[in-house]
Amino acid sequence: MQFAAPDSLDKAVKLLKKLGTTRIVAGGTDLLVQMKSGFAAPDLIVDIKRIDEARQITEEAGGFRIGAAVSCFEMGEHAGLRKAWPGVVEAARLIGSTQIQGRATIAGNLCNASPAADSVPALIAAGAIATVVGPKGRRDVPVETIATAPGKTSLAKGELVASILLPARPARGGDAYLRFIPRTEMDIAVVGAGVALALDGSGTCVKARVALGAVAARALLVDDAAKALIGTKVDADALAKLAAAASAACKPIDDKRGTKEFRIQVAGVLARRAAETALQRARG
Amino acid sequence: MAGIHVTTTINGDTVEYVCQPDETLLDVLRDRLGLTGAKEGCGTGDCGACSVTLDGRLVCSCLVLGAEAEGRAIATVEGLADGETLHPLQRKFLEHAALQCGVCTPGFLVAAKALLDRNLNPTESEVRYWLAGNLCRCTGYDKIVRAVLDTAAEMRESRNAA
Repeated sequence: MQFAAPDSLDKAVKLLKKLGTTRIVAGGTDLLVQMKSGFAAPDLIVDIKRIDEARQITEEAGGFRIGAAVSCFEMGEHAGLRKAWPGVVEAARLIGSTQIQGRATIAGNLCNASPAADSVPALIAAGAIATVVGPKGRRDVPVETIATAPGKTSLAKGELVASILLPARPARGGDAYLRFIPRTEMDIAVVGAGVALALDGSGTCVKARVALGAVAARALLVDDAAKALIGTKVDADALAKLAAAASAACKPIDDKRGTKEFRIQVAGVLARRAAETALQRARG
Repeated sequence: MAGIHVTTTINGDTVEYVCQPDETLLDVLRDRLGLTGAKEGCGTGDCGACSVTLDGRLVCSCLVLGAEAEGRAIATVEGLADGETLHPLQRKFLEHAALQCGVCTPGFLVAAKALLDRNLNPTESEVRYWLAGNLCRCTGYDKIVRAVLDTAAEMRESRNAA
């Protein structure tokens, strides 16, 4: 195995193109565990933390671009980001312990492609865009197109996610993320739900995105759940419809963390509660 | 296999070592540099026994590659005491009997110091959440939490007195 720490994305792409099995180390909190357990045996590891673009949070078009090597802890320290997208930040800050958050990144969470990744439903709900850099240049894609199945991504050979763009928070907009775990800290989501919505001046919902984690092979964007909110005052009736649509979209598995039935029910409950928090935030 | 030459700073001293590309910082600290304070509990980032700070950020050294440390600043439990004088956290851990077997203790000390460096007036809840990534199978945590809170109180007092 080789190790490289290039100082530019171009150099990183050239390295990734060259060798057989390659992996990026940003936070390394998934990769090193996979290497230790024999699930990953890369020929080359590319550390992207020496690349300026990957290390920064920058304002862009009223939103924020988060470099692929920015840790979850650093996201929590960024006042502007916390204010604009509290749901995304709270999702990032739910991942693992203080130690894990000092290293782990949302780009890594996305590219590790676990269906239970906490930050991914929040990013999908927020309408986040992943900037992918590779041998053919740059492309911007919705974050929901990155993971294709557990542990699998749509990234081609030589490509990496360089940064994630959170758009400008809409006027009267709010977002939230909730997950269910059987204890209070340090666990993997049984179900996760992210909701982002925006209201008009009269308090009618004009925009909504609802995403669920850990209830299918990858995080789901649930259009029917969003439609249940749009055009309503996000009243009890709309929230009940949202919950039903969220439950209906689930295609979960039974495992030690929860049964299918449990996940389907909890997905509706969490989506409703996340929508209620997002609504409060949108009302300011 | 040719190793990777790394120059880094550990507890304020410039240190050089050669490591393999897949070698963890924890293994470098323990096996190459003789700094055996950081312990390997789980090796997968769950237990916090290997906690160190990397450029001031609390991390599990079992989840850091030795090669990543080039040009960084690392702090380990060995740097906590000032010569023969224990750090207040170390003293309070002894006073409160906040350790039994002691394997988790270096990690708790490093993690607790990282908390107090940021916040010298944490609530009990903040202490418990901050230390959620440090596992202890002996004490039941209560004595550890009390030791950290007592240290914070003492450090606040001595800061105010100064």
